[in-house]
Amino acid sequence: MSYVIEGKTGNWEIVVGLEVHAQIISQSKLFSGASTKFGGEPNTQVSLVDAAFPGMLPVINRECVAQAVRTGLGLNARINLESRFDRKNYFYADLPQGYQISQFAHPIVGEGTIEIELAGGETRQIGITRLHMEQDAGKLLHDQDPTRSFVDLNRAGVALMEIVSEPDIRAPEEAGAYLRKLRQILRYLGTCDGNMEEGSMRADVNVSVRKAGEPFRTRCEIKNVNSIRFVMQAIEVEAARQVEIWENGGEVDQETRLFDPGRGETRTMRSKEDAHDYRYFPDPDLLPLVIEQAWVDGLKAALPELPDAKRARFQKDYGIPFYDAGVLVAEQSVADFFETVAKGRDGKLAVTWVTGDLFAALNRTGRTIENSPVSAEALGKMLDLISDGTINGKIAKDVFEVMVETGESPDAIVEKKGLKQVTDTGVIDAAVDAIMAKHADKVEEFRSGKDKLFGFFVGQVMKETKGKANPALVNEALKAKLNG
Amino acid sequence: MLTGLTLTEARAGLAARKFSARDLATAHMQAIARLNPKLNAYITVLPEKDVLAAADAADARYADGTARPMEGLPIGVKDLFCTKGVKTTAASKMLADFVPPYESSVTQRLLDAGSVFVGKTNLDEFAMGSANITSAFGSVLNPWQRKGDEATALVPGGSSGGSAAAVAAGLALAATGTDTGGSIRQPAAFCGIVGLKPTYGRCSRWGTIAFASSLDQAGPMTRSVADAGLMLEAMAGFDEKDSTSSNRPVPAFAQAVGKSVKGLRVGIPAEYRAPGLPAEIAAMWEQGIAWLRDAGCEIVDVSLPHTKYGLATYYIIAPAECSSNLARYDGIRFGARKDAPTLDGIYERTRAEGFGEEVRNRILMGTYVLSAGYYDAYYLKAQKVRTLIKRDFVQAFEQVDVLLTPTAPSAAFAQGENMDDPVQMYLNDIFTVPASMAGVPALSVPVGLDAKGLPLGLQIIGRHFDEETVLSVGGALEDAAGFAHTPTLHAEAGA
Repeated sequence: MSYVIEGKTGNWEIVVGLEVHAQIISQSKLFSGASTKFGGEPNTQVSLVDAAFPGMLPVINRECVAQAVRTGLGLNARINLESRFDRKNYFYADLPQGYQISQFAHPIVGEGTIEIELAGGETRQIGITRLHMEQDAGKLLHDQDPTRSFVDLNRAGVALMEIVSEPDIRAPEEAGAYLRKLRQILRYLGTCDGNMEEGSMRADVNVSVRKAGEPFRTRCEIKNVNSIRFVMQAIEVEAARQVEIWENGGEVDQETRLFDPGRGETRTMRSKEDAHDYRYFPDPDLLPLVIEQAWVDGLKAALPELPDAKRARFQKDYGIPFYDAGVLVAEQSVADFFETVAKGRDGKLAVTWVTGDLFAALNRTGRTIENSPVSAEALGKMLDLISDGTINGKIAKDVFEVMVETGESPDAIVEKKGLKQVTDTGVIDAAVDAIMAKHADKVEEFRSGKDKLFGFFVGQVMKETKGKANPALVNEALKAKLNG
Repeated sequence: MLTGLTLTEARAGLAARKFSARDLATAHMQAIARLNPKLNAYITVLPEKDVLAAADAADARYADGTARPMEGLPIGVKDLFCTKGVKTTAASKMLADFVPPYESSVTQRLLDAGSVFVGKTNLDEFAMGSANITSAFGSVLNPWQRKGDEATALVPGGSSGGSAAAVAAGLALAATGTDTGGSIRQPAAFCGIVGLKPTYGRCSRWGTIAFASSLDQAGPMTRSVADAGLMLEAMAGFDEKDSTSSNRPVPAFAQAVGKSVKGLRVGIPAEYRAPGLPAEIAAMWEQGIAWLRDAGCEIVDVSLPHTKYGLATYYIIAPAECSSNLARYDGIRFGARKDAPTLDGIYERTRAEGFGEEVRNRILMGTYVLSAGYYDAYYLKAQKVRTLIKRDFVQAFEQVDVLLTPTAPSAAFAQGENMDDPVQMYLNDIFTVPASMAGVPALSVPVGLDAKGLPLGLQIIGRHFDEETVLSVGGALEDAAGFAHTPTLHAEAGA
């Protein structure tokens, strides 16, 4: 609650609730057998049902229901064993039926919660009001012809989940944290790819402002915001706009607005007077959706480990800090990568390499964890070489760079380049002798009390052995000979 | 002659090779060519070569012993069932040139049973009407005439008026109908034929153009009760493409006809003795009661207390659903389009010019009753009353096996009568609507003529999915009544 807008009349807090539309991952649409694949030629993935031909009827896709239930379970939410579909009636060229089939009065998922983490490690619970299933609309193309618009129905009828939060969010950062956490959970569950650029996740943002302790004031809804950054910006500018209206003695009108990221402002899309009357009523083509508790239990048992649980387990099993564990579980693929590297090895060493050298290499090469130049297995093998003394940490950095460049296995690199650590005390002693002979003046200085020169000698010996000498043995030999 | 047979008789004649399916088809195509210009029972007559090809295929099956239950029987199809490659209009300008690339589930089943389709029958636009006067392709003429009054054109009832007229006049051995509030039963009564509205969910709605989804149900229109059983058997059955279709097994309906009705309890609902019920209708009802009593039925007085709300409730729910179901006719993807500079302009012109007045009225009513501020008072209340109406039937069927009522409050009326007052027109459905609201099966059987020589029907209503008892009682009534009249305009009259 640290976010306040300082107005002329005092401090204002903001009240935000989010409605997230998340496209369900499924082979076919919510009520038809047409494919949901992204990027097909226009109107190639359209069934007669999607195009609303006369006499066509919707039939519910069982997999979409399972995905909605999985999501509900992942949000710790109540699963409603009976839910219903309603028709939301309005005319638009991208809506073939003239109505959208949605769950208005009886959603499949009820109340739940999401825990978000804020800067500094503080956590907050954000309430989920409901989750319901509905059909997506088609797409209008206005830029293909000067006088006509074209309609692409590939997306029409694709299953969406609308996930509605309670008005519990009090800062733009909290909205960002909420969306990132929700997206993370959806991706872990495999129920939505969370790809906001392709439109498979988008948010309607409800914003109002109030003085501390007041009841809610009028809210505005900002429609269809398609990135987390824009959601945060939109909240900021919309809240500021509302504060200014209230402080100038005006009234905020309840309306639907659009966020213009270019100008950094929101503007009216529809006023309350122009609001549609959607004439919701139960869809007579569909029976109430009744699911069995046993089926829900089966889905629950098969759920993957979710980020919060994984994070706690990583801390416990691998002895790594809360922060590092959070970085690792942010993406399931990173968590999986880490776990392959860390299993049966030193967890702390693993996290250092994954979040340090590996992330840096990914950044540098423009790759992602999915197509990492170094596989988890190879990195693990390299850690083994460190642990068993075959190479030291410094050489490991060089080996790793070669792995990034060539994709070769670490033992092959060590073998080929002769990077095996030198533990032969005879070789090390000879190197120490040679360095002491070469720098006799420095030996004198050291012996007359300039202790700091010890590091210089270590460096020189390592250089002499091309970095391959075992550092502990070098220390030991130097101590004996310099002090002897 | 061939155009006057029942399905059962024709099936037997074909099996015995007394005549061929080609003979049967030819006789019907000739009858249609002669009488359809007058009756306007068909919107589309199928090309003779296609009909004859189908008949020849049927003959081949009779020859090689693979004939199916409806093999070679000439059938009319209400132009509300989508038929693959055959224009399907719903009697609306909106779909005047619409050729579906798919076959409705019900007509596919009929084809799979060997039926030979001869044409698409006329109806009220989008099945909305009780007199078949709202068709964009012109009214249908009832083949019956008032005694001594050939000048007055009578309506065949509606909305399945084309199907009823075609079957009555010998232009098809039987036809499909759809019934939302009485659209099979009332025209069957007006035209002196048998019409069966099955239990909601018995026949798939997939591919049938929707009027009111929670009420629409396809059914047979035939010349005998046994035919209704035979044809329903071919039409009915679970369809995974219709979530509201029932997965109950389909019984051998035809075998229910002729079964003894002795000991069955027949309920007479007090509320159907409506004030103003014409004496002739009341007398025919009494006659029906007497026939069933003589057949060994026990007559029981019952009450369906919410009957009086049936019509009002129906005229909220059906328009509400239709206002949404017909939203897809927007000129964008198929059907007629009237161009305009804006999208809203396209909608307005397309829908204003594509729909007739009755359809527009019902869309407006339906939109109104679903609107914010009116939903609770109209739609929600109507749904609650519908539940009470359903409960009336369930409770009545704890005491009795079937109910017996008149089908319609009058015989066929003249074109032009009842036309200026839509409410008067809606009263035609007063006896048929309650069974639709409850989703129970109901059968209209022709039982006699009124003083003007016009047919009258009685309605038998049964329990959910108990079409068999309905057909048994219908068969008993049919036997007792011995209705053997044919209309003035008939394929076999004056030919």
